Amino acid sequence: MAEIEVRGLRKAFDGTEVLKGVDLTIENGEFISLVGPSGCGKSTLLRVIAGLEPQSSGEIRIDGISADGVRSSARNLAMVFQSYALYPHLSVFDNIAVPLRMKRLSALARLPILGRLMPGRQRTERGIRAEVERVADQLEISPLLKRKPGQLSGGQRQRVAVGRAIVRQPRAFLFDEPLSNLDAKLRVHMRAEIAQLHRQLKTTFIYVTHDQAEAMTMSGRIAVMIGGELIQVGTPSAIYEDPRDIRVAEFIGTPKINAFPGRIRGDGRLEVLGHVLHAATPAPAGECRVCVRPERIDLTGSGVFSGTVVHLENLGSEAFVHVASEGMSAPVVARVNDPSLLPTIGASVGYGFVPDAVRAFDGDGKRIATEIASRVERPRGMAVV
Amino acid sequence: MTTRIHTYLWPATRHILLLAGALVMLTPFIWMLSTASKPQTEIFSSELHLIPHHFALWDNLRTAFAKANLWRYLLNGLIVTISIFGLQVLVALPAAYALAKLRFLGRDVLFALVVFCILIPPQATAIPVFLLLHKLGVLDTYAALVLPFTISVFGIFLMRQFFKTVPDDLIDAARMDGISEFGIVWRVMLPTAIPAVTAFGIFSVVAHWNDYFWPLIVLNSEHLQTPPLAVAQFRNNEAGTNYGPLMAAAIVIIAPLVVAFLFAQRRFIEGITLTGIK
Amino acid sequence: MSDAVATLQAVPATARNRVPVFAGSRPAARSAYALVAPAFILMLMMLIGPLAGVIALSFTDYQLGAPSFAWIGLSNYHEMFADRVFWISLKNTLTYVAIVVPGAVALGLGTALLIQSGAGLRSLYRTIYFLPVMATLIAMAIVWEFMLHPQFGLVNGVLRAAGLQGHSWLQERGTALYSLCAIGVWQATGFNMVLFLAGLVSIPKHLYDAAEIDGAESAWSRFCLVTWPLPGPVTLFVVTISAIRSFQVFDTVQVLTKGGPSKSSEVLIYTMYAEGFEFFRSGYGAALTVVFLAFVLLLTLVKSALGNREVHYA
Repeated sequence: MAEIEVRGLRKAFDGTEVLKGVDLTIENGEFISLVGPSGCGKSTLLRVIAGLEPQSSGEIRIDGISADGVRSSARNLAMVFQSYALYPHLSVFDNIAVPLRMKRLSALARLPILGRLMPGRQRTERGIRAEVERVADQLEISPLLKRKPGQLSGGQRQRVAVGRAIVRQPRAFLFDEPLSNLDAKLRVHMRAEIAQLHRQLKTTFIYVTHDQAEAMTMSGRIAVMIGGELIQVGTPSAIYEDPRDIRVAEFIGTPKINAFPGRIRGDGRLEVLGHVLHAATPAPAGECRVCVRPERIDLTGSGVFSGTVVHLENLGSEAFVHVASEGMSAPVVARVNDPSLLPTIGASVGYGFVPDAVRAFDGDGKRIATEIASRVERPRGMAVV
Repeated sequence: MTTRIHTYLWPATRHILLLAGALVMLTPFIWMLSTASKPQTEIFSSELHLIPHHFALWDNLRTAFAKANLWRYLLNGLIVTISIFGLQVLVALPAAYALAKLRFLGRDVLFALVVFCILIPPQATAIPVFLLLHKLGVLDTYAALVLPFTISVFGIFLMRQFFKTVPDDLIDAARMDGISEFGIVWRVMLPTAIPAVTAFGIFSVVAHWNDYFWPLIVLNSEHLQTPPLAVAQFRNNEAGTNYGPLMAAAIVIIAPLVVAFLFAQRRFIEGITLTGIK
Repeated sequence: MSDAVATLQAVPATARNRVPVFAGSRPAARSAYALVAPAFILMLMMLIGPLAGVIALSFTDYQLGAPSFAWIGLSNYHEMFADRVFWISLKNTLTYVAIVVPGAVALGLGTALLIQSGAGLRSLYRTIYFLPVMATLIAMAIVWEFMLHPQFGLVNGVLRAAGLQGHSWLQERGTALYSLCAIGVWQATGFNMVLFLAGLVSIPKHLYDAAEIDGAESAWSRFCLVTWPLPGPVTLFVVTISAIRSFQVFDTVQVLTKGGPSKSSEVLIYTMYAEGFEFFRSGYGAALTVVFLAFVLLLTLVKSALGNREVHYA
């Protein structure tokens, strides 16, 4: 159990800065996901926390103590790798036992034959055996203990890797995209298992993934990283509903959030495709982006925007309608909850959205505050609903 | 603190050990260059020196070329190695394709036979093959040097393994486009296999350029000699008196491969160690 | 690229040619036989036939040029086992293998580990150590001969400078074979090194990370946990291939010592060469070949017996 603090962390490889000053406090016992597109530095951050890479500058503190110069093994963190990194020549039992043997047996006692003669080794080995068996039982891999990793399925290897991590009772678990080598169905299943494991162990979990769905469904908090910077940290719902940066808004959520080109007028009202919205902002006048999630686009009402249906995605329980509009480079995507009400391809449709659904971002992509503009204050306002 | 010392001490130790080994590896090459650059009087002095007092490399090379028809031997080497490689590809590629991608009765037996033949060392078949070439009346010809090596079971095996990785869809697409099975080998499979063929080519050329055993057995005529045979002949003729020109001749013989190797090390190492996947 | 060109050119032929593919396997099978035929015939002529031939010949008294021959059963073998030269030759070959294999394998592994353990100058070292593999062995053997020259050679020169007594390395009974062994180790080390390097490179880097996290703190414990067990099959392979290659030693012997002095460096393939191609006693040479083959076969069997304990990469 540990609180991990990351302060002003920078990391450069051959002059390329991969981490550009990351600050993050991970609470004791929480499940936090580091999420971001590939190459954003999330895996590097994890490896620096693990002690596998030294940072260029900045500091890692574990339970208030600086981890600088502390070997990875001494940090007492466990890691589950994307490739599982099981030792191919060792049986499942021996794989899980490695961290315990490394800790409890001297180098001499670990020697193949000579080691058996070392005093006390028998007793230590018995203890190790009991613990490995308990973990195997917990993960339901007891029947596999004698096999080699090469004889296991992807999901089974995954469990062995997790077993090797939990057997040592670490202060925190680090996961580096552990599900990305599994097929879609198994991945959903393992998500639930890992979440369940966290509830059981109540230890700190740091989980790196590029799959926003994994992050959204499993973690208590999400840290979104883009281009080596931590853009936003918050609960899944806060990240989804209240993105602080357009990159976060666009990365989280499928289908992607709709981004309309917009303008802030002199009087503070937002204007999109020639229509003035019932939304105002204190931000200075200029260009902006107005973003609306697909489920907030209303196709049924008499919205002021219009376009042509170019594509339909009917998933059975819900459907997405792609509407091409003049002035938009990409079609607007709208979710329809009742697929029986779908328009036909080629049909002209009107759409709109309530001011509450608007998330506006300035020219730099930073979120700007919006409020519902009152009808009374602005006479002759062109209402958009 | 100890790690600090470690980080400087270890690379230094590593370099010292590796450099010492490298020196041993290079000594014969250095000594060869040094001797080839010395005049007779300096070679036959019991005082050791690396840099010649009088630089005689050109004289020694001239003598070497005058005493032996080195150009001819290099040409022989080229003719023999290129012919062997060309014929090996011609024979092996179609067979490898059929073994990898076609279904026919006896395929598995044939492949087992190929794998078995890989294990036969070349010296083992020398006497019967020699007798066969004798019967055919082609001893002491280029044909005697080339013919036994036109079949490379190793090449077949290698190419077959490579072709296994080529997607069937590509072949089906070619068939849909009306290319014959024979056409597929050369117009579809060969282009995809260029890296493997190159690696095999290097393996084959190096092996046969350096081969001494077989040319020694089947050749009599001096004008057909391959480079290794020629340099051995040169040594026998001079009976250990003319070391300068002998070393110069040795340089000439190893130069083509060594220079090619220095230019394309990665490919060469890949090619030579192909046997590593046997 | 060029298959796209081929595809385009072949389009008009589609209609005419599509029958064989869909109409069943017989025409396709016929082309398969046509494709393998040249290879198959050459294989019979140059490999399988001669292999059977060499075994058959070993039971005859055939001599090249002789008008006829007779089946003489095991006489060649009786003669061989009674011949002192054969036993010397076999003993020398085994000595050569017993020195060159451990030498070249240990040095190859050591060099590979040293090269792999740091980042600096890797490719330079690899190139230098591999150079002897590339260079024509015959040419280099002649260079070695001069380096081992009793009077003007580098080796004795250095020994003299160090106040030690030199030898006529290749001309003395006690040193000739060992000198050839030294050349053999010098030549084979680079080859083994490259094979080991390939094995070391194929170890997934994540395993070292995992070992680090699992508490393998010293370089030695990481070596024990990850490096050493994983290229196990590579080691087995390198040992076998080195042994087979060492059994075939011939070039250096033929050019430098001719098996001498007084048979002290006589080796199996050289004896076979002398009997078969200098004295043209094909039958007797064939019997020697069969002995050589038996050893190669034995090595291969040992390898495949051990090789079944293969490491699976996860």
